[in-house]
Amino acid sequence: MTGLHALLAAVLAPGFLANGPVRTALIVGGGTGLVAAVVGVFTVMRGQSFAAHALGDVSSAGGSASYLLGVRPMLGFIGMAILAAAGMEWADIQDARERDLVTGVVLGAGMALTALFLYFDARSGSASGAAISILFGSMFTLPASIAVPALGAGAVAVVTIGALYRPLLVSSLSAELAAAQGTRVRLLGLAHALALALAVSLSAMTVGAILSPALLIGPAATALRLARRPGPAVALASLLGIAAVWGGILLAYDSYYWTPGHGWPVSFFIVFLIFLGYVAANMASGSRTAADVSRAEPHCSRCEQD
Amino acid sequence: MKSATEVLSIDHLTVALSGRTVLRDVSFSLSPGEFCALIGTNGSGKTTLLKTILGLVRPQSGTIRIATAADRDAASRIGYVPQKISLDPSLPLRARDVVSLGMDGGRLGLPLPSRERRERVDRMLDAVGATGFAERRVGDLSGGQQQRVLIAHALIRRPSLLLLDEPLANLDIRSVAEIVVLLRRLATEYDTAILLSAHDMNPLLPVMDRIVYLANCCAAAGKPEEVVRTEVLSRLYGYHIDVVRVHGRVVVIAAGAPDEIHAAIAKDPIHTAEIP
Repeated sequence: MTGLHALLAAVLAPGFLANGPVRTALIVGGGTGLVAAVVGVFTVMRGQSFAAHALGDVSSAGGSASYLLGVRPMLGFIGMAILAAAGMEWADIQDARERDLVTGVVLGAGMALTALFLYFDARSGSASGAAISILFGSMFTLPASIAVPALGAGAVAVVTIGALYRPLLVSSLSAELAAAQGTRVRLLGLAHALALALAVSLSAMTVGAILSPALLIGPAATALRLARRPGPAVALASLLGIAAVWGGILLAYDSYYWTPGHGWPVSFFIVFLIFLGYVAANMASGSRTAADVSRAEPHCSRCEQD
Repeated sequence: MKSATEVLSIDHLTVALSGRTVLRDVSFSLSPGEFCALIGTNGSGKTTLLKTILGLVRPQSGTIRIATAADRDAASRIGYVPQKISLDPSLPLRARDVVSLGMDGGRLGLPLPSRERRERVDRMLDAVGATGFAERRVGDLSGGQQQRVLIAHALIRRPSLLLLDEPLANLDIRSVAEIVVLLRRLATEYDTAILLSAHDMNPLLPVMDRIVYLANCCAAAGKPEEVVRTEVLSRLYGYHIDVVRVHGRVVVIAAGAPDEIHAAIAKDPIHTAEIP
Protein backbone atom coordinates (compact mmCIF):
# COMPACT_ATOMS: atom_id res chain seq x y z
CA MET A 1 0.00 0.00 0.00
CA THR A 2 2.81 2.44 0.81
CA GLY A 3 4.31 1.76 -2.60
CA LEU A 4 1.00 2.58 -4.24
CA HIS A 5 0.66 5.71 -2.16
CA ALA A 6 4.12 6.80 -3.17
CA LEU A 7 3.29 6.26 -6.82
CA LEU A 8 0.04 8.20 -6.53
CA ALA A 9 1.79 11.00 -4.69
CA ALA A 10 4.24 11.30 -7.57
CA VAL A 11 1.51 11.44 -10.22
CA LEU A 12 -1.18 13.35 -8.37
CA ALA A 13 -1.06 16.82 -6.99
CA PRO A 14 -0.89 17.08 -3.17
CA GLY A 15 -4.18 16.37 -1.44
CA PHE A 16 -5.93 15.20 -4.61
CA LEU A 17 -7.60 12.09 -3.21
CA ALA A 18 -8.08 13.51 0.27
CA ASN A 19 -10.11 16.41 -1.07
CA GLY A 20 -13.89 15.97 -0.51
CA PRO A 21 -15.17 17.77 -3.62
CA VAL A 22 -12.59 15.94 -5.74
CA ARG A 23 -13.78 12.60 -4.40
CA THR A 24 -17.40 13.43 -5.17
CA ALA A 25 -16.39 14.59 -8.64
CA LEU A 26 -14.43 11.37 -9.23
CA ILE A 27 -17.33 9.18 -8.11
CA VAL A 28 -20.19 11.02 -9.82
CA GLY A 29 -18.11 11.98 -12.85
CA GLY A 30 -16.68 8.50 -13.34
CA GLY A 31 -20.14 6.96 -13.04
CA THR A 32 -21.48 9.48 -15.53
CA GLY A 33 -18.65 8.77 -17.96
CA LEU A 34 -19.48 5.06 -17.81
CA VAL A 35 -23.25 5.50 -18.19
CA ALA A 36 -22.93 8.07 -21.00
CA ALA A 37 -20.55 5.79 -22.92
CA VAL A 38 -22.72 2.67 -22.61
CA VAL A 39 -25.89 4.47 -23.68
CA GLY A 40 -23.97 6.55 -26.24
CA VAL A 41 -22.81 3.50 -28.22
CA PHE A 42 -26.44 2.62 -28.96
CA THR A 43 -27.44 6.25 -29.51
CA VAL A 44 -24.73 6.59 -32.17
CA MET A 45 -25.67 3.26 -33.75
CA ARG A 46 -29.31 4.37 -33.94
CA GLY A 47 -28.27 7.61 -35.60
CA GLN A 48 -29.70 9.73 -32.78
CA SER A 49 -26.67 11.84 -31.93
CA PHE A 50 -28.52 15.05 -32.71
CA ALA A 51 -31.44 13.98 -30.51
CA ALA A 52 -28.93 13.43 -27.68
CA HIS A 53 -27.56 16.92 -28.22
CA ALA A 54 -31.04 18.43 -28.20
CA LEU A 55 -31.99 16.53 -25.04
CA GLY A 56 -28.96 18.00 -23.26
CA ASP A 57 -30.03 21.51 -24.17
CA VAL A 58 -33.69 20.94 -23.33
CA SER A 59 -32.80 19.36 -19.98
CA SER A 60 -31.04 22.60 -19.01
CA ALA A 61 -34.48 24.24 -18.87
CA GLY A 62 -35.37 21.79 -16.09
CA GLY A 63 -32.05 22.35 -14.35
CA SER A 64 -32.47 26.13 -14.36
CA ALA A 65 -36.11 25.91 -13.27
CA SER A 66 -35.12 23.76 -10.30
CA TYR A 67 -33.30 26.72 -8.71
CA LEU A 68 -36.54 28.71 -8.85
CA LEU A 69 -38.61 25.85 -7.47
CA GLY A 70 -36.08 25.05 -4.79
CA VAL A 71 -35.69 21.41 -5.77
CA ARG A 72 -32.52 19.49 -6.56
CA PRO A 73 -31.12 20.41 -10.00
CA MET A 74 -30.82 16.68 -10.73
CA LEU A 75 -34.60 16.30 -10.52
CA GLY A 76 -35.07 19.23 -12.85
CA PHE A 77 -32.61 17.89 -15.42
CA ILE A 78 -34.05 14.36 -15.34
CA GLY A 79 -37.69 15.47 -15.37
CA MET A 80 -37.23 17.73 -18.35
CA ALA A 81 -35.07 15.25 -20.28
CA ILE A 82 -37.55 12.41 -19.79
CA LEU A 83 -40.43 14.64 -20.86
CA ALA A 84 -38.58 15.71 -24.01
CA ALA A 85 -37.34 12.19 -24.83
CA ALA A 86 -40.80 10.68 -24.45
CA GLY A 87 -42.24 13.48 -26.58
CA MET A 88 -39.71 12.88 -29.34
CA GLU A 89 -40.45 9.14 -29.42
CA TRP A 90 -44.17 9.83 -29.26
CA ALA A 91 -43.98 12.08 -32.31
CA ASP A 92 -42.26 9.16 -34.11
CA ILE A 93 -41.10 11.13 -37.14
CA GLN A 94 -39.70 8.73 -39.74
CA ASP A 95 -38.37 11.21 -42.30
CA ALA A 96 -34.78 12.11 -41.32
CA ARG A 97 -34.94 15.72 -42.57
CA GLU A 98 -38.23 16.37 -40.85
CA ARG A 99 -36.87 14.84 -37.64
CA ASP A 100 -33.76 17.06 -37.73
CA LEU A 101 -35.96 20.08 -38.27
CA VAL A 102 -38.32 19.31 -35.39
CA THR A 103 -35.41 18.39 -33.10
CA GLY A 104 -33.75 21.71 -33.92
CA VAL A 105 -36.90 23.69 -33.21
CA VAL A 106 -37.51 21.87 -29.90
CA LEU A 107 -33.87 22.41 -28.93
CA GLY A 108 -34.33 26.14 -29.54
CA ALA A 109 -37.46 26.25 -27.41
CA GLY A 110 -35.63 24.45 -24.59
CA MET A 111 -32.77 26.93 -24.66
CA ALA A 112 -35.24 29.83 -24.71
CA LEU A 113 -36.81 28.50 -21.52
CA THR A 114 -33.35 28.10 -20.03
CA ALA A 115 -32.59 31.73 -20.85
CA LEU A 116 -35.80 32.82 -19.16
CA PHE A 117 -35.30 30.72 -16.02
CA LEU A 118 -31.65 31.73 -15.67
CA TYR A 119 -32.74 35.38 -15.89
CA PHE A 120 -35.19 34.79 -13.03
CA ASP A 121 -32.50 32.87 -11.12
CA ALA A 122 -30.12 35.82 -11.42
CA ARG A 123 -32.80 38.33 -10.36
CA SER A 124 -33.84 36.36 -7.31
CA GLY A 125 -30.18 36.16 -6.36
CA SER A 126 -30.78 32.72 -4.86
CA ALA A 127 -28.33 31.00 -7.12
CA SER A 128 -25.24 32.88 -8.06
CA GLY A 129 -23.25 31.10 -10.74
CA ALA A 130 -26.26 28.99 -11.77
CA ALA A 131 -25.81 29.90 -15.44
CA ILE A 132 -22.22 28.69 -15.67
CA SER A 133 -23.01 25.67 -13.55
CA ILE A 134 -25.98 24.59 -15.68
CA LEU A 135 -24.57 25.37 -19.10
CA PHE A 136 -20.92 24.39 -18.62
CA GLY A 137 -20.90 22.33 -15.43
CA SER A 138 -18.96 22.79 -12.22
CA MET A 139 -18.03 19.36 -10.97
CA PHE A 140 -16.14 20.50 -7.90
CA THR A 141 -19.30 22.11 -6.49
CA LEU A 142 -21.37 18.89 -6.66
CA PRO A 143 -22.65 18.05 -3.17
CA ALA A 144 -21.56 14.68 -1.77
CA SER A 145 -25.22 13.80 -1.21
CA ILE A 146 -25.73 13.63 -4.99
CA ALA A 147 -23.58 10.51 -5.39
CA VAL A 148 -26.18 7.91 -4.43
CA PRO A 149 -29.14 9.23 -6.46
CA ALA A 150 -26.90 9.98 -9.45
CA LEU A 151 -25.36 6.51 -9.48
CA GLY A 152 -28.83 5.04 -8.96
CA ALA A 153 -30.20 6.84 -12.03
CA GLY A 154 -27.14 5.76 -13.99
CA ALA A 155 -27.67 2.14 -12.94
CA VAL A 156 -31.25 2.26 -14.22
CA ALA A 157 -29.98 3.46 -17.62
CA VAL A 158 -27.25 0.80 -17.84
CA VAL A 159 -29.55 -2.03 -16.75
CA THR A 160 -32.14 -0.93 -19.33
CA ILE A 161 -29.54 -0.98 -22.11
CA GLY A 162 -28.20 -4.34 -20.89
CA ALA A 163 -31.66 -5.91 -20.88
CA LEU A 164 -32.39 -4.64 -24.40
CA TYR A 165 -28.88 -5.34 -25.73
CA ARG A 166 -29.84 -7.81 -28.46
CA PRO A 167 -33.08 -6.17 -29.68
CA LEU A 168 -31.21 -2.84 -29.83
CA LEU A 169 -28.50 -4.41 -32.01
CA VAL A 170 -31.03 -5.99 -34.37
CA SER A 171 -33.01 -2.77 -34.70
CA SER A 172 -29.81 -0.87 -35.49
CA LEU A 173 -29.50 -3.19 -38.51
CA SER A 174 -33.13 -2.65 -39.49
CA ALA A 175 -36.27 -1.83 -37.56
CA GLU A 176 -38.22 -4.23 -39.80
CA LEU A 177 -35.86 -7.07 -38.96
CA ALA A 178 -36.48 -6.45 -35.25
CA ALA A 179 -40.24 -6.23 -35.78
CA ALA A 180 -40.18 -9.52 -37.70
CA GLN A 181 -38.48 -11.14 -34.68
CA GLY A 182 -41.40 -10.05 -32.53
CA THR A 183 -39.76 -7.00 -30.97
CA ARG A 184 -42.14 -4.10 -30.28
CA VAL A 185 -40.02 -1.52 -32.02
CA ARG A 186 -41.70 1.62 -30.68
CA LEU A 187 -41.52 0.37 -27.11
CA LEU A 188 -37.84 -0.39 -27.69
CA GLY A 189 -37.31 3.15 -29.01
CA LEU A 190 -39.06 4.58 -25.95
CA ALA A 191 -36.94 2.51 -23.54
CA HIS A 192 -33.76 3.65 -25.28
CA ALA A 193 -34.98 7.26 -25.15
CA LEU A 194 -35.57 7.01 -21.39
CA ALA A 195 -32.09 5.55 -20.82
CA LEU A 196 -30.73 8.34 -23.01
CA ALA A 197 -32.62 10.95 -20.98
CA LEU A 198 -31.02 9.66 -17.76
CA ALA A 199 -27.53 9.59 -19.31
CA VAL A 200 -27.99 13.09 -20.75
CA SER A 201 -29.17 14.43 -17.38
CA LEU A 202 -26.14 13.01 -15.57
CA SER A 203 -23.84 14.43 -18.25
CA ALA A 204 -25.55 17.82 -18.07
CA MET A 205 -25.12 17.86 -14.27
CA THR A 206 -21.42 17.07 -14.48
CA VAL A 207 -19.97 18.67 -17.63
CA GLY A 208 -22.89 21.03 -18.26
CA ALA A 209 -25.86 20.95 -20.62
CA ILE A 210 -24.00 22.50 -23.54
CA LEU A 211 -21.09 20.06 -23.30
CA SER A 212 -23.09 16.95 -22.38
CA PRO A 213 -23.29 15.60 -25.97
CA ALA A 214 -19.49 15.41 -26.04
CA LEU A 215 -19.52 12.94 -23.14
CA LEU A 216 -22.33 10.90 -24.70
CA ILE A 217 -21.21 10.80 -28.31
CA GLY A 218 -17.42 11.23 -28.11
CA PRO A 219 -16.27 8.03 -26.34
CA ALA A 220 -18.94 6.00 -28.17
CA ALA A 221 -17.94 7.32 -31.60
CA THR A 222 -14.26 6.73 -30.80
CA ALA A 223 -14.93 3.14 -29.72
CA LEU A 224 -17.08 2.46 -32.79
CA ARG A 225 -14.12 3.54 -34.94
CA LEU A 226 -11.85 1.00 -33.32
CA ALA A 227 -13.94 -2.04 -32.30
CA ARG A 228 -15.41 -4.56 -34.72
CA ARG A 229 -17.79 -6.18 -32.24
CA PRO A 230 -20.55 -4.76 -30.04
CA GLY A 231 -19.29 -6.03 -26.66
CA PRO A 232 -15.74 -4.67 -27.02
CA ALA A 233 -17.19 -1.41 -28.43
CA VAL A 234 -19.22 -0.89 -25.25
CA ALA A 235 -16.29 -1.85 -23.01
CA LEU A 236 -13.86 0.42 -24.85
CA ALA A 237 -16.31 3.35 -24.84
CA SER A 238 -16.76 2.92 -21.07
CA LEU A 239 -13.03 2.92 -20.45
CA LEU A 240 -12.57 6.01 -22.63
CA GLY A 241 -15.46 7.80 -20.91
CA ILE A 242 -14.14 7.14 -17.41
CA ALA A 243 -10.56 7.93 -18.44
CA ALA A 244 -11.60 11.26 -19.98
CA VAL A 245 -13.56 12.32 -16.90
CA TRP A 246 -10.89 11.29 -14.39
CA GLY A 247 -8.11 12.68 -16.55
CA GLY A 248 -10.02 15.95 -16.87
CA ILE A 249 -10.57 16.19 -13.12
CA LEU A 250 -6.89 15.53 -12.46
CA LEU A 251 -5.77 18.16 -14.97
CA ALA A 252 -8.26 20.71 -13.63
CA TYR A 253 -7.04 20.09 -10.08
CA ASP A 254 -3.44 20.41 -11.23
CA SER A 255 -4.27 23.60 -13.09
CA TYR A 256 -4.69 25.37 -9.73
CA TYR A 257 -0.92 25.10 -9.44
CA TRP A 258 -0.24 26.37 -12.96
CA THR A 259 -1.89 29.72 -12.38
CA PRO A 260 -2.10 29.93 -8.60
CA GLY A 261 -5.60 30.36 -7.29
CA HIS A 262 -7.31 30.16 -10.66
CA GLY A 263 -8.01 26.60 -11.81
CA TRP A 264 -9.27 26.00 -15.32
CA PRO A 265 -12.78 24.53 -15.76
CA VAL A 266 -12.88 20.75 -15.48
CA SER A 267 -15.42 20.46 -18.32
CA PHE A 268 -12.90 21.98 -20.69
CA PHE A 269 -10.32 19.32 -19.92
CA ILE A 270 -12.79 16.43 -20.13
CA VAL A 271 -14.26 17.46 -23.46
CA PHE A 272 -10.87 18.30 -24.91
CA LEU A 273 -9.49 14.89 -23.93
CA ILE A 274 -12.50 13.27 -25.63
CA PHE A 275 -11.89 15.34 -28.73
CA LEU A 276 -8.22 14.37 -28.86
CA GLY A 277 -9.15 10.69 -28.43
CA TYR A 278 -11.60 10.87 -31.32
CA VAL A 279 -9.07 12.53 -33.62
CA ALA A 280 -6.41 9.95 -32.69
CA ALA A 281 -8.83 7.05 -33.31
CA ASN A 282 -9.77 8.47 -36.69
CA MET A 283 -6.15 8.74 -37.70
CA ALA A 284 -5.44 5.21 -36.48
CA SER A 285 -8.49 3.63 -38.14
CA GLY A 286 -7.89 5.67 -41.29
CA SER A 287 -4.40 4.26 -41.70
CA ARG A 288 -5.69 0.79 -40.85
CA THR A 289 -8.40 1.00 -43.53
CA ALA A 290 -5.80 2.11 -46.06
CA ALA A 291 -3.63 -0.89 -45.12
CA ASP A 292 -6.63 -3.22 -45.52
CA VAL A 293 -7.34 -1.85 -48.98
CA SER A 294 -3.77 -2.19 -50.18
CA ARG A 295 -3.63 -5.72 -48.84
CA ALA A 296 -6.95 -6.63 -50.43
CA GLU A 297 -6.05 -5.21 -53.82
CA PRO A 298 -4.31 -8.21 -55.40
CA HIS A 299 -7.40 -10.41 -54.80
CA CYS A 300 -10.34 -10.23 -57.15
CA SER A 301 -13.83 -10.49 -55.73
CA ARG A 302 -14.21 -13.96 -57.24
CA CYS A 303 -11.33 -15.41 -55.23
CA GLU A 304 -12.71 -13.75 -52.12
CA GLN A 305 -16.07 -15.41 -52.50
CA ASP A 306 -14.77 -18.89 -53.36
CA MET B 1 -40.14 -35.74 -50.18
CA LYS B 2 -42.64 -32.95 -49.83
CA SER B 3 -45.34 -33.56 -47.32
CA ALA B 4 -48.98 -32.97 -48.15
CA THR B 5 -49.49 -30.18 -45.60
CA GLU B 6 -49.11 -26.66 -46.86
CA VAL B 7 -46.68 -24.32 -45.11
CA LEU B 8 -48.55 -21.21 -46.15
CA SER B 9 -52.12 -20.91 -47.28
CA ILE B 10 -53.65 -17.56 -48.08
CA ASP B 11 -57.38 -17.38 -48.63
CA HIS B 12 -59.31 -14.45 -50.13
CA LEU B 13 -56.92 -11.92 -48.62
CA THR B 14 -57.83 -8.24 -48.94
CA VAL B 15 -55.51 -5.56 -47.57
CA ALA B 16 -56.03 -1.79 -47.48
CA LEU B 17 -53.42 0.77 -46.48
CA SER B 18 -54.82 4.10 -45.25
CA GLY B 19 -58.13 3.51 -47.02
CA ARG B 20 -56.65 2.42 -50.37
CA THR B 21 -57.07 -1.22 -51.38
CA VAL B 22 -53.65 -2.68 -52.13
CA LEU B 23 -54.53 -6.36 -52.44
CA ARG B 24 -57.93 -7.78 -53.33
CA ASP B 25 -59.05 -11.36 -52.94
CA VAL B 26 -55.56 -12.89 -53.12
CA SER B 27 -55.37 -16.66 -52.67
CA PHE B 28 -52.47 -19.08 -53.03
CA SER B 29 -50.56 -21.68 -51.06
CA LEU B 30 -47.03 -23.05 -50.67
CA SER B 31 -45.75 -26.51 -49.78
CA PRO B 32 -42.54 -27.22 -47.83
CA GLY B 33 -39.38 -26.66 -49.86
CA GLU B 34 -41.19 -24.88 -52.68
CA PHE B 35 -39.59 -21.87 -54.36
CA CYS B 36 -42.16 -19.25 -55.25
CA ALA B 37 -41.49 -15.98 -57.08
CA LEU B 38 -43.67 -13.00 -56.21
CA ILE B 39 -43.63 -10.84 -59.33
CA GLY B 40 -45.06 -7.38 -59.90
CA THR B 41 -44.07 -3.82 -60.71
CA ASN B 42 -43.21 -1.22 -58.08
CA GLY B 43 -46.27 -0.43 -56.00
CA SER B 44 -48.10 -3.61 -57.00
CA GLY B 45 -48.31 -4.70 -53.35
CA LYS B 46 -45.42 -7.18 -53.05
CA THR B 47 -44.00 -5.65 -49.85
CA THR B 48 -47.48 -5.24 -48.38
CA LEU B 49 -48.24 -8.92 -49.02
CA LEU B 50 -44.99 -9.99 -47.31
CA LYS B 51 -45.61 -7.71 -44.33
CA THR B 52 -49.15 -9.02 -43.99
CA ILE B 53 -47.82 -12.59 -43.90
CA LEU B 54 -45.32 -11.46 -41.22
CA GLY B 55 -48.17 -10.01 -39.19
CA LEU B 56 -46.89 -6.43 -39.41
CA VAL B 57 -49.93 -5.34 -41.46
CA ARG B 58 -53.48 -6.30 -40.52
CA PRO B 59 -55.60 -7.58 -43.39
CA GLN B 60 -59.11 -6.22 -43.99
CA SER B 61 -60.47 -9.67 -44.66
CA GLY B 62 -59.32 -13.15 -45.54
CA THR B 63 -57.10 -15.62 -43.74
CA ILE B 64 -53.41 -16.45 -43.63
CA ARG B 65 -52.46 -19.82 -42.18
CA ILE B 66 -48.88 -20.75 -41.51
CA ALA B 67 -48.30 -24.37 -40.55
CA THR B 68 -45.32 -25.40 -38.45
CA ALA B 69 -43.79 -28.82 -38.74
CA ALA B 70 -43.71 -30.80 -35.51
CA ASP B 71 -39.91 -30.69 -35.26
CA ARG B 72 -39.72 -26.92 -35.55
CA ASP B 73 -40.07 -24.06 -33.11
CA ALA B 74 -43.43 -22.34 -33.64
CA ALA B 75 -42.02 -18.94 -32.75
CA SER B 76 -39.44 -19.14 -35.52
CA ARG B 77 -41.71 -20.29 -38.33
CA ILE B 78 -40.99 -17.30 -40.58
CA GLY B 79 -37.58 -16.00 -41.65
CA TYR B 80 -37.43 -12.58 -43.24
CA VAL B 81 -34.96 -10.63 -45.38
CA PRO B 82 -36.23 -7.06 -45.66
CA GLN B 83 -35.93 -4.73 -48.62
CA LYS B 84 -33.11 -2.24 -49.12
CA ILE B 85 -31.28 -2.55 -45.83
CA SER B 86 -28.44 -0.06 -45.77
CA LEU B 87 -25.82 -1.37 -43.39
CA ASP B 88 -23.66 1.40 -42.06
CA PRO B 89 -19.92 0.62 -42.14
CA SER B 90 -19.61 2.00 -38.58
CA LEU B 91 -21.88 -0.70 -37.11
CA PRO B 92 -19.72 -2.83 -34.79
CA LEU B 93 -21.20 -6.07 -36.06
CA ARG B 94 -19.32 -8.77 -37.91
CA ALA B 95 -21.11 -11.03 -40.37
CA ARG B 96 -20.95 -13.68 -37.62
CA ASP B 97 -22.69 -11.40 -35.10
CA VAL B 98 -25.55 -10.69 -37.51
CA VAL B 99 -26.12 -14.41 -38.04
CA SER B 100 -25.98 -15.01 -34.30
CA LEU B 101 -28.62 -12.30 -33.75
CA GLY B 102 -30.90 -14.26 -36.08
CA MET B 103 -30.96 -17.01 -33.46
CA ASP B 104 -32.06 -15.00 -30.42
CA GLY B 105 -31.99 -11.30 -31.34
CA GLY B 106 -35.42 -10.73 -29.79
CA ARG B 107 -34.43 -11.97 -26.32
CA LEU B 108 -33.73 -9.79 -23.33
CA GLY B 109 -30.44 -9.78 -21.44
CA LEU B 110 -26.86 -10.29 -22.52
CA PRO B 111 -25.95 -13.29 -24.71
CA LEU B 112 -23.80 -15.94 -23.09
CA PRO B 113 -21.13 -17.31 -25.39
CA SER B 114 -21.18 -21.07 -25.77
CA ARG B 115 -19.51 -23.60 -27.99
CA GLU B 116 -22.83 -24.95 -29.23
CA ARG B 117 -23.90 -21.48 -30.22
CA ARG B 118 -20.65 -20.77 -32.06
CA GLU B 119 -20.80 -24.08 -33.93
CA ARG B 120 -24.37 -23.45 -35.00
CA VAL B 121 -23.39 -20.03 -36.37
CA ASP B 122 -20.35 -21.60 -38.09
CA ARG B 123 -22.55 -24.19 -39.81
CA MET B 124 -25.00 -21.54 -40.96
CA LEU B 125 -22.20 -19.31 -42.28
CA ASP B 126 -20.82 -22.30 -44.16
CA ALA B 127 -24.24 -23.16 -45.62
CA VAL B 128 -24.54 -19.73 -47.26
CA GLY B 129 -20.87 -19.56 -48.29
CA ALA B 130 -20.06 -16.74 -45.86
CA THR B 131 -17.24 -18.41 -43.91
CA GLY B 132 -14.60 -16.42 -45.81
CA PHE B 133 -15.90 -13.06 -44.58
CA ALA B 134 -17.43 -14.11 -41.25
CA GLU B 135 -15.08 -11.93 -39.19
CA ARG B 136 -15.46 -8.76 -41.25
CA ARG B 137 -17.77 -5.89 -40.38
CA VAL B 138 -21.05 -6.44 -42.18
CA GLY B 139 -21.13 -2.82 -43.39
CA ASP B 140 -17.87 -3.33 -45.27
CA LEU B 141 -19.17 -6.30 -47.31
CA SER B 142 -20.39 -6.21 -50.92
CA GLY B 143 -24.11 -6.30 -51.71
CA GLY B 144 -24.03 -10.00 -52.58
CA GLN B 145 -22.08 -10.86 -49.43
CA GLN B 146 -24.53 -8.87 -47.28
CA GLN B 147 -27.44 -10.77 -48.82
CA ARG B 148 -25.76 -14.08 -47.90
CA VAL B 149 -25.37 -12.87 -44.30
CA LEU B 150 -28.98 -11.69 -44.10
CA ILE B 151 -30.20 -15.00 -45.54
CA ALA B 152 -28.18 -16.84 -42.87
CA HIS B 153 -29.66 -14.50 -40.20
CA ALA B 154 -33.16 -15.41 -41.42
CA LEU B 155 -32.52 -19.15 -41.77
CA ILE B 156 -30.60 -20.01 -38.59
CA ARG B 157 -33.77 -20.84 -36.65
CA ARG B 158 -34.79 -23.17 -39.49
CA PRO B 159 -38.08 -21.46 -40.32
CA SER B 160 -40.59 -23.37 -42.40
CA LEU B 161 -41.18 -20.24 -44.50
CA LEU B 162 -38.59 -17.72 -45.74
CA LEU B 163 -39.75 -14.36 -47.08
CA LEU B 164 -37.35 -12.22 -49.09
CA ASP B 165 -38.28 -8.72 -50.25
CA GLU B 166 -36.44 -7.76 -53.47
CA PRO B 167 -33.18 -9.47 -52.44
CA LEU B 168 -31.87 -9.29 -56.01
CA ALA B 169 -32.30 -5.54 -56.43
CA ASN B 170 -29.03 -3.61 -56.71
CA LEU B 171 -26.95 -6.76 -57.22
CA ASP B 172 -24.68 -7.34 -60.22
CA ILE B 173 -25.68 -10.09 -62.66
CA ARG B 174 -23.27 -12.68 -61.30
CA SER B 175 -24.32 -12.11 -57.68
CA VAL B 176 -27.98 -12.45 -58.74
CA ALA B 177 -27.27 -15.84 -60.30
CA GLU B 178 -25.28 -16.99 -57.24
CA ILE B 179 -27.96 -15.91 -54.75
CA VAL B 180 -30.71 -17.57 -56.80
CA VAL B 181 -28.83 -20.88 -56.97
CA LEU B 182 -28.01 -20.65 -53.23
CA LEU B 183 -31.67 -20.07 -52.30
CA ARG B 184 -32.83 -22.96 -54.46
CA ARG B 185 -30.35 -25.27 -52.72
CA LEU B 186 -31.28 -24.00 -49.23
CA ALA B 187 -35.02 -24.43 -49.91
CA THR B 188 -34.41 -28.09 -50.66
CA GLU B 189 -31.83 -28.72 -47.90
CA TYR B 190 -33.81 -27.00 -45.14
CA ASP B 191 -37.21 -28.01 -46.54
CA THR B 192 -38.12 -24.34 -46.24
CA ALA B 193 -40.67 -22.76 -48.54
CA ILE B 194 -39.35 -19.56 -50.13
CA LEU B 195 -41.44 -16.59 -51.21
CA LEU B 196 -39.19 -14.10 -52.98
CA SER B 197 -40.37 -10.81 -54.43
CA ALA B 198 -38.84 -9.33 -57.56
CA HIS B 199 -39.89 -7.00 -60.35
CA ASP B 200 -38.06 -9.11 -62.92
CA MET B 201 -38.94 -12.82 -63.10
CA ASN B 202 -36.21 -13.58 -65.60
CA PRO B 203 -33.41 -14.76 -63.30
CA LEU B 204 -35.86 -16.84 -61.24
CA LEU B 205 -37.48 -18.87 -64.03
CA PRO B 206 -34.89 -21.68 -63.94
CA VAL B 207 -35.45 -22.32 -60.21
CA MET B 208 -39.04 -21.41 -59.35
CA ASP B 209 -41.71 -24.01 -58.66
CA ARG B 210 -44.52 -21.49 -58.48
CA ILE B 211 -45.23 -17.89 -59.32
CA VAL B 212 -47.57 -15.30 -57.82
CA TYR B 213 -48.06 -12.47 -60.31
CA LEU B 214 -49.45 -9.24 -58.83
CA ALA B 215 -51.16 -6.55 -60.91
CA ASN B 216 -54.23 -4.39 -60.42
CA CYS B 217 -54.35 -5.38 -56.72
CA CYS B 218 -55.04 -8.97 -57.79
CA ALA B 219 -52.90 -12.07 -58.05
CA ALA B 220 -52.53 -14.88 -60.55
CA ALA B 221 -50.88 -17.86 -58.88
CA GLY B 222 -49.75 -21.28 -60.03
CA LYS B 223 -46.99 -22.98 -61.93
CA PRO B 224 -45.02 -20.62 -64.20
CA GLU B 225 -46.30 -22.28 -67.38
CA GLU B 226 -49.88 -21.86 -66.14
CA VAL B 227 -49.53 -18.19 -65.17
CA VAL B 228 -47.16 -16.63 -67.70
CA ARG B 229 -49.70 -16.92 -70.52
CA THR B 230 -51.47 -14.44 -72.76
CA GLU B 231 -54.99 -15.12 -71.50
CA VAL B 232 -54.07 -15.29 -67.78
CA LEU B 233 -52.04 -12.07 -67.67
CA SER B 234 -54.55 -10.28 -69.94
CA ARG B 235 -57.31 -11.10 -67.47
CA LEU B 236 -55.10 -9.95 -64.56
CA TYR B 237 -54.10 -6.61 -66.12
CA GLY B 238 -57.61 -6.01 -67.47
CA TYR B 239 -56.42 -5.38 -71.00
CA HIS B 240 -54.74 -7.37 -73.74
CA ILE B 241 -51.27 -8.70 -72.98
CA ASP B 242 -49.18 -10.75 -75.36
CA VAL B 243 -46.90 -13.43 -73.98
CA VAL B 244 -44.55 -14.12 -76.87
CA ARG B 245 -41.92 -16.84 -77.05
CA VAL B 246 -38.91 -15.85 -79.09
CA HIS B 247 -35.77 -17.99 -79.34
CA GLY B 248 -36.66 -19.85 -76.17
CA ARG B 249 -37.38 -16.64 -74.28
CA VAL B 250 -40.74 -15.34 -73.20
CA VAL B 251 -41.53 -11.69 -73.72
CA VAL B 252 -44.55 -10.12 -72.07
CA ILE B 253 -45.87 -7.27 -74.20
CA ALA B 254 -48.70 -4.90 -73.33
CA ALA B 255 -50.09 -4.06 -76.76
CA GLY B 256 -53.69 -2.95 -76.70
CA ALA B 257 -53.40 -0.91 -73.49
CA PRO B 258 -54.93 2.52 -73.02
CA ASP B 259 -52.65 5.53 -73.50
CA GLU B 260 -52.00 6.13 -69.81
CA ILE B 261 -50.90 2.57 -69.41
CA HIS B 262 -48.59 2.94 -72.41
CA ALA B 263 -46.99 5.84 -70.60
CA ALA B 264 -46.62 3.82 -67.43
CA ILE B 265 -45.13 0.88 -69.28
CA ALA B 266 -42.63 3.19 -70.99
CA LYS B 267 -41.26 3.99 -67.53
CA ASP B 268 -41.07 0.37 -66.46
CA PRO B 269 -39.14 -2.11 -68.61
CA ILE B 270 -41.16 -4.84 -70.30
CA HIS B 271 -40.78 -8.20 -68.62
CA THR B 272 -38.82 -10.73 -70.55
CA ALA B 273 -39.06 -14.29 -69.47
CA GLU B 274 -37.40 -17.52 -70.34
CA ILE B 275 -39.34 -20.71 -69.80
CA PRO B 276 -36.95 -23.55 -69.03
